[in-house]
Amino acid sequence: MTDTLLFEHIDEPGLNTIDVYMARGGYTQLPIALKMKREDLITELTGSGLRGRGGAGFPMGRKASFIPKGDMQKYVVCNADESEPGTFKDRELIQKNPHQLIEGLIIAAFAIDATINYIYIRGEYDQQADILDAAIAEARERGMLGENIFGSGFDVQLELARGAGAYICGEETGLLDSLEGKRGNPRLKPPFPANEGLFNGPTLINNVETLSAIPSIIKLGAEGYAAIGVKDSAGTKLVSISGNVQRPGNYEVALGTSSRELIYGLAGGPPDGRKVKCWFPGGSSTVVLTADDLDVGYDYDSLEAAGSALGSGAIIVVDETQSVVELAYKLAKFYSHESCGKCTPCREGTRWTFHMVERIKEGTATPMDLDIMAAVQDQIIGHCLCVLGDAMAMPIGSLIAKFRDEFEAEIETNRNAREAQLAAQFSAAEGITV
Amino acid sequence: MADVKRFTHDSRIPGWDRAADLDKEPAVVPDAATTEVPAELRAAIEDAVRRFPVGDSAFIPVLYAVQEQYGWCSPEGIIQAAAVLGRTPAALTAVATFYDMFEMEPLGRKTVYVCTNISCSLCGADELLEALEGEFGEDPDVNVRGFECLGACDIAPMASVNGAYVGPIALNEVPELARQIREGEDPLPAKQMIRRPCADPKVAEK
Ligand SMILES: Cc1cc2nc3c(=O)[nH]c(=O)nc-3n(C[C@H](O)[C@H](O)[C@H](O)COP(=O)(O)O)c2cc1C
Ligand code: SF4
Ligand code: FES
Repeated sequence: MTDTLLFEHIDEPGLNTIDVYMARGGYTQLPIALKMKREDLITELTGSGLRGRGGAGFPMGRKASFIPKGDMQKYVVCNADESEPGTFKDRELIQKNPHQLIEGLIIAAFAIDATINYIYIRGEYDQQADILDAAIAEARERGMLGENIFGSGFDVQLELARGAGAYICGEETGLLDSLEGKRGNPRLKPPFPANEGLFNGPTLINNVETLSAIPSIIKLGAEGYAAIGVKDSAGTKLVSISGNVQRPGNYEVALGTSSRELIYGLAGGPPDGRKVKCWFPGGSSTVVLTADDLDVGYDYDSLEAAGSALGSGAIIVVDETQSVVELAYKLAKFYSHESCGKCTPCREGTRWTFHMVERIKEGTATPMDLDIMAAVQDQIIGHCLCVLGDAMAMPIGSLIAKFRDEFEAEIETNRNAREAQLAAQFSAAEGITV
Repeated sequence: MADVKRFTHDSRIPGWDRAADLDKEPAVVPDAATTEVPAELRAAIEDAVRRFPVGDSAFIPVLYAVQEQYGWCSPEGIIQAAAVLGRTPAALTAVATFYDMFEMEPLGRKTVYVCTNISCSLCGADELLEALEGEFGEDPDVNVRGFECLGACDIAPMASVNGAYVGPIALNEVPELARQIREGEDPLPAKQMIRRPCADPKVAEK
């Protein structure tokens, strides 16, 4: 079936070992790619229409074409930091099919002539990192990595680096600083990593899923791959579905599948017949959509047209019994904790937002605070060095805009509850009964 | 949600709002000849430098080695690592304080990270964290803390027990899980992520 590429054989026992992977046709695309001219390989990747699966959706082949030619040391860095709330697709790929990623990465490295390469995996993925480490060692042993692989004259090294718990190290330049052994503060762009990345060398950074798709592209050909999905959203996508659904998990679908099919058909919708209140289409950093948007096609352009984004491909479903204030609280807490602190609108904006949601919960907020909160979000958007600030401002701004009445009702309820409590304390202290 | 309190300002930026103390002596690189370093720690640091030779890129694996040796990034361990690397202790501390997984205080060696982010909290993570905290109280061996999304929202509510992902954890399983953690047994083996099949029905059909 054409819409199972990344997940083909995924649950086969031992697929994480090189023998089973090769028995299933693994490492057959690498020698084919190594025989191609570098320009042709990049043209093939561009022609496939593959877009980045890590968040920004930038065309993969085009990014590879930006890497300057010349003798300088170039790098491919695979982003396996996967910390966007709601996202867990790379985890399944790494744990069950690490060689598919390694094969794709070596092909990308060959395309841009990068001889030193890294995979940066989040520190929490301890078991997955061990599996990946073992797979890299096997690939080295079998001559997939090392000098003059397949007699192509191409020398290639790959090293696994573990993060240590920081969402911002998923941002590509924060990741580079972390890989260089620093605090993971994002860098000002330009220069973009393609020109000045790791150790100041030209660097191609791609997500695990993006690189894992490359062997399928070589196999199917650019046209074959581009034929899957819809216009400007080629190929298959892993979608992580979680939250209030009956069957949470990763599903591989052709891009353009309806969101309703994903949420209800595949994941079973919310339990006990509850209705969907809202859903995040691309991880917690994207504008929330409501039950009215369920028929939107799950692809880059349709979600953008609906005012949101495909992001990391993670749907979080929130059912009607949940409180939007609680959601805003979790969001603000997360982003203020993860803000690296380099720029003021993000560092202070996330913190203020968090404290304002806290006030709503405590019962000390007024409806006017909602306007201030919304204004803070507006002032964050577009004013930061990286998009972490926007990543809080967009979902929170959209929650306030779309569920204002619920916020107001909760402000009212919590205020009344607090006043009643204060009155009770007061009368108890004064010995008055009311 | 349990706080991961790092600094008074509750953010990743220690002292950004305080002026530098100009009277303080400048940091120096500890003397490699006189600083005693445990053999395992030295070996681990040298291995890290071999794998990450450029600049300071070995810092994170080196800090992991220090934490493995002492249970936390203790000042003693940082000084030893600094001596081997020929860098100041401050250079290492500055990096360590940025990352959630490096402990800057002595805490239990057994780690239980309970995810309290959105998907998990929609499925009862706050109650799970409370229950686990209740089980361990002030137990000096176990470090229970709320954590951001661990990338396992499909098994919400979940916890990472010494790096092994377990979930979904029902509240009535907490006492059993706590016992297993205390006694060093495999935590809820049937519920570990590592054994979970793919959710996609197309995969199962094959
Ligand atoms: C705050 C923040 C966090 C990010 N986290 C991740 C991540 O965990 N994994 C990832 O692949 N990309 C992440 N990204 C996107 C990367 O910056 C980058 O666009 C991506 O790795 C490029 O790869 P791709 O083109 O294959 O998508 C993040 C971006 C931001 C701003
Ligand atoms: S937007 Fe936030 S996370 Fe990004 S660089 Fe600025 S302070 Fe750091
Ligand atoms: S929200 Fe808990 S693992 Fe993602």
